[in-house]
Amino acid sequence: MIPIGWFFGLSVVLFVLGVIGFFVKRDLVTMFMSVEVMLNAANLAFIALAKAAGSPAGQVIVFFVITVAAAEAAVGLAIILLVFRQKKSIRAEDMNLMKG
Amino acid sequence: MGVFLFFLLAGSCVGGVLGMILSRNQAHSALFLVLAFTCLGGLFGLLDAPFIAAVQIIIYAGAIMVLFIFVIMMINLEKGIAPEKKRWTLVISAVLAAFLLAELSLAVRGTTGALGRTGGETIGSPNELGRLLFTDYLYPFEITSVLIIAALVGAIVLVKRREKE
Repeated sequence: MIPIGWFFGLSVVLFVLGVIGFFVKRDLVTMFMSVEVMLNAANLAFIALAKAAGSPAGQVIVFFVITVAAAEAAVGLAIILLVFRQKKSIRAEDMNLMKG
Repeated sequence: MGVFLFFLLAGSCVGGVLGMILSRNQAHSALFLVLAFTCLGGLFGLLDAPFIAAVQIIIYAGAIMVLFIFVIMMINLEKGIAPEKKRWTLVISAVLAAFLLAELSLAVRGTTGALGRTGGETIGSPNELGRLLFTDYLYPFEITSVLIIAALVGAIVLVKRREKE
């Protein structure tokens, strides 16, 4: 049987990879994908802890996280589309409307 | 068998995320991410969460990534965006990521041994999860529906083109 600590370690690695992706990539869509990776790393930690605690409550939380992520993806992608229509670009450094 | 499955799924999950980061093409990034999320669904299955595994594959690898691919199709950049040119930002992000990894590892190091192993009694059967959702977590469940309506309406209102006056 697999130690649950391994799943926890994998969750840490996935979260760090998501952070790296968010820093390194320069287009909004892939940065957004990196955020999804971080959300999924948190989900994996939740499920692993639910198994360790022997209670399905952690799985219910993950269910809610997935629902919120779906809503967030819909609104976030709509915003990205809107930004692309206005600026004809999705590079993060072109988003400088608020720059003084 | 279980350990082999874990390493197979974990390896392809991490590989998928790495492919997402390293690939120039956004459509390829999205497909790599589908691979990673599907493998994560398998890992959820290993952790005794069959319902969440199915939800992960249907909603994440299915619905959300289709949304991403649609947006990539509409944005339609012919060639991908080159990765960061400035060397120092890469160095700084690598250092920060290493610090974050060290910090998180330190934080979870003491706990991982105490977590036990998979197997044992079954938790999280769809029956049990459904009962929890409609009893203990009824209010969050209902509020989620409001959230989804709000997101739906918000997305439509945001993207709708204004009619020419």
